[in-house]
Amino acid sequence: MTPKRRRRLILVLGILVGVSIAGALALSAFRRNVTFFFDPTQVAAGQVPAGERFRLGGMVTQGSLRRAPGSLEARFVVTDFSHDVPVSYTGVLPDLFREGAGVVAHGRLRGDGTFVADEVLAKHDEKYMPPEVARSLKRRHGDSRAEPVGPATAEGTTGAPQGAPAQATAAPSAAGS
Amino acid sequence: MLPELGHFALILALLLAGLQAFFGIAGPALARDRWSGAVTSAVAGQAVMVATAVACLMGCFVGEDFSVAYVAENSNSALPLFYRVAALWGAHEGSLLLWILLLAAWTVAVALGSSRLPPRFAARVLGVLGVVSFGFLLFTLATSNPFLRLDPPAPDGRDLNPILQDPGLAVHPPILYTGYVGFAVAFAFAGAAMLEGRLDQNWARWTRPWTTAAWSFLTCGIALGSFWAYYELGWGGFWFWDPVENASFMPWLMGTALIHSLAVTDKRGLFKSWTLLLAILAFSLSLLGTFLVRSGVLVSVHSFAADPTRGIFILTFLIIMIGGALALYAWRAPLLRSSAGFELGARESFLLFNNVLLVTAAATVFAGTLAPLISDALKLGTLSVGPPYFNPTFMLSMLPLLALLSVGIHANWKRGRLEDSQRTLLYTFIAAAVLGCGFVIGLYSHGSVLTPIGATLAVWIVLSSLVDPIDRWRRGLTISRAVLGMTVAHIGLAVAVFALTTVQSFTIERDVSLAPGGTATVGDYEFRFGGVKPAEGPNYEAVAGTLTVTRHGAPVAVMTPQKRHYWVQRQVISETAIRMHRGNNLLLALGEDLGAGRWSVRIQIRPLVSLVWIAAFIMAMGGALAASDRRYRPVRARATAPEGATAGQPG
Repeated sequence: MTPKRRRRLILVLGILVGVSIAGALALSAFRRNVTFFFDPTQVAAGQVPAGERFRLGGMVTQGSLRRAPGSLEARFVVTDFSHDVPVSYTGVLPDLFREGAGVVAHGRLRGDGTFVADEVLAKHDEKYMPPEVARSLKRRHGDSRAEPVGPATAEGTTGAPQGAPAQATAAPSAAGS
Repeated sequence: MLPELGHFALILALLLAGLQAFFGIAGPALARDRWSGAVTSAVAGQAVMVATAVACLMGCFVGEDFSVAYVAENSNSALPLFYRVAALWGAHEGSLLLWILLLAAWTVAVALGSSRLPPRFAARVLGVLGVVSFGFLLFTLATSNPFLRLDPPAPDGRDLNPILQDPGLAVHPPILYTGYVGFAVAFAFAGAAMLEGRLDQNWARWTRPWTTAAWSFLTCGIALGSFWAYYELGWGGFWFWDPVENASFMPWLMGTALIHSLAVTDKRGLFKSWTLLLAILAFSLSLLGTFLVRSGVLVSVHSFAADPTRGIFILTFLIIMIGGALALYAWRAPLLRSSAGFELGARESFLLFNNVLLVTAAATVFAGTLAPLISDALKLGTLSVGPPYFNPTFMLSMLPLLALLSVGIHANWKRGRLEDSQRTLLYTFIAAAVLGCGFVIGLYSHGSVLTPIGATLAVWIVLSSLVDPIDRWRRGLTISRAVLGMTVAHIGLAVAVFALTTVQSFTIERDVSLAPGGTATVGDYEFRFGGVKPAEGPNYEAVAGTLTVTRHGAPVAVMTPQKRHYWVQRQVISETAIRMHRGNNLLLALGEDLGAGRWSVRIQIRPLVSLVWIAAFIMAMGGALAASDRRYRPVRARATAPEGATAGQPG
C-alpha cells in the first residue's frame, strides 16, 4: 500500500467512524426526545406509557375554562367528544387558544388523571386546526364533520386532514359572518 | 380585465420558459448555434411576461378587486396600502409567483453576466434555468393560479392573516426567496457542466460568485425571519426548529458546504463530482423546502393552506427535477476525475471535514424534520420532534466544525505541514480561552460546560481569522476581496456562536400575574404594572398594558405591549414590546385578563440576542464582499488568474 493510499484510507475511515458515531448519537437523541400524540380516547384507554411526556390534542370543551381570579393557573377540558381529559396549565395561554377550538398541549399525566401541561400550542389560524386533532376527530366520529364546536371554528372542522381552508370556491363573504 | 391579462401573461411566460429550456438544451446538444443564440430572447421575453403578471396581481390588490379569489382571501378594504402590496406574497399562490419572478430576475442576471462565457455553456445554463422555471409556471397555472375569479365577486376580502400584518412581511419573504432561488443558478451551472461532460477550474470560478451571492441572501432572509418570529409571534425565542425554519436552514447548510467545496475545485481542481452533488442537493433542498412549507404538508405556523391535489403534482415535479439531476449525475460524474492528491493536514482535508460536518448537520436536521411525515405515512403514530432532539445533534457536528475552522484557515493547500502556524494557533487559542472563559465567569459566573467552550471557540475564530489579514496589511500587501469576505464571514460566524452561547445559557423567561400597581422582579429588572387601557388601529382594536421598567431603582423604560383584536378575521394577536438595555433584550407580551383586575404578562430577558441577527448580517456582508471579487468576473480570466492562484486564498 503506497503512503498516499494509506493516508487516503485513514482519512476515509476517520470520516466513516465520525459519521457513524454522529449517526448513533443522533438516533439515541431521537429516541429519547420524540413526543407522541394521543387523543383523549387513547388516554382513557390507558395507552399512554406511565410517566411519559406526550402531546394531548383535541377540542377545548365549551365553558370548561376556569381559573381562580388572578391566578396564572388555567384549567380546562380537552375532548374528542368521546372522552374528556382535564388539563392544568400555569402561564400565558397562546393568542389562538379558545374554548371550542382545537389545541395541542405538551406535558404529563398526573396520578389523579389530570394532564399537567408545560406548553400549550394553538398554532393555527381561524381557518385551520391542528392536523392531528382533525384526524383524531375524524377517526372517532367517521365523517360527521360538523361537530357542535361553536361558530368560530365551524370552518376549521371541515375535516380534511390538513384542515383545508376555504379554497377559491368558498365564498369569502362567509368569513365575515 | 387585469386578472385576465395577468393570467395570459403567465401562460405566455410558460411557453417562453419552454422555449428557453428547449433551445438552451437542444441547441448545444445538436450543435445548432442559432438555437443557442435564441435562448437570451426567450429569457428576456419570459422575464417581461412574469413581471407583467406580477404587476397585474399587484394592481388587483391595490385596486381592491375582490372578484379575484386570491385577493379576496388575503386582503380587505380596511387593510393599509402597504400591507395590500405585501399581501401579494402572503399566501401560497402569490408566493409561488414571487418565486417565479425572482427566478426570472436571477436568470436575467445570469444572461447579462454570462456574455463572456463560452456561448454553448451559457446556453445550457439558461436552458436548465428554463426547465426549473417551466416546472414552477406549470405548477402555478395548473394548481395554484392566483388570477381565478369569484362569481359573484366578494363584497369585501377576508383580510390578510393578522400575524402577517407586519413590516417584516414586506422584506422577509422576498429576501429569503432570493436566496432559495439563487441556488437554482448553482444548480444550472452544475447541470450545464454535466450536460457538457466537462468541468474545469474555470467552471468553479464562474459558479462561485453566484453561489456566494445566493448564500448571502439566504443568510439575510433566515435572520430576518428569525427576528420576525421573535418580535411578532411573541412566543419568545428566535429559533424553534420549526419545519419552516428547517426548510430554509437545510439549503443554507448545504450551500455553506458548497461554497467551501467550490473553493477546493477552484483552487486545486479537486472534489469535482462532490461539488456537483452538493449543488444538486442544495437546490433540491430549496425545492423541497418551498413545497413542503407552502403545501401545508408539515404542521407549522407558516402553512396556511393545504390542498391534497397539489401533493401529486409536487411529488412528480420533485421526482423529475431531483431524480433527473441525480440520474444525469450518475451518468456523467465518472467522466470528471480529479487527478491531484493532497496530504492529511492540508487545507483540502480541513475543507473536506467542513463539508462532511455540514452535510451531517443538514442530514440530522432533515431526519428530524421529515420523521413526523414518514412516521405518519407508515402509520407508526403521530410524533413530533423538537428542540431536545435538534439542539444536541446539531451541536454534535457544529462543535468540531468550529474547532477545526481556526486550524483550517492556517493550513496550506496541498502540503500537510502545520509547523509554520503552530505557534500562532497556540497563542491565539490561549488568548481566546482566557478571554472567553473570563467573559463567562466574570459577567455571569454561572452557566453550563458548553458556555465557556462556545465562548472560547468563538474568540479563537476571531483571533485566528485576523492574524493573516493583519499581517498582510502591516507588510503593505493588498488583501483581495475574496479573502476579506471570507474573514468577515468567519468573524460573523464567531459572533453568532458567541451570541447563541450566551443567549442559550443566560435567558430568563417568566410568566407572571400582575395587578395594577404590582411589581415583578425578573433578573436585575423590576417591572411595575400600570394597568391596561384601550387602543385602536386601522383594522383592529386593542388593549395596551403599561409596564415601567427599572433596574436597581434606576428607570430603564416604559413598555406598552398590546393585545390586538383584528376585526375581519376576528383573531387576537399579541403585539410584543421590545427594548434593548445594556445588551439585554427585554421582551414583554401581554397575556389575558385573569380576573380580579390582574393580567398575565410574559417577561423574557435575553442577553445579546440582537447579536445573533447582527452576526447573520455580518456573514451576509462577507459573502457579498467575496462574491464581488474581480477574480470571479469572467473578464479575461488570464489577467488575474496566475496571481490569484498563489496569493489570494479564499476558502
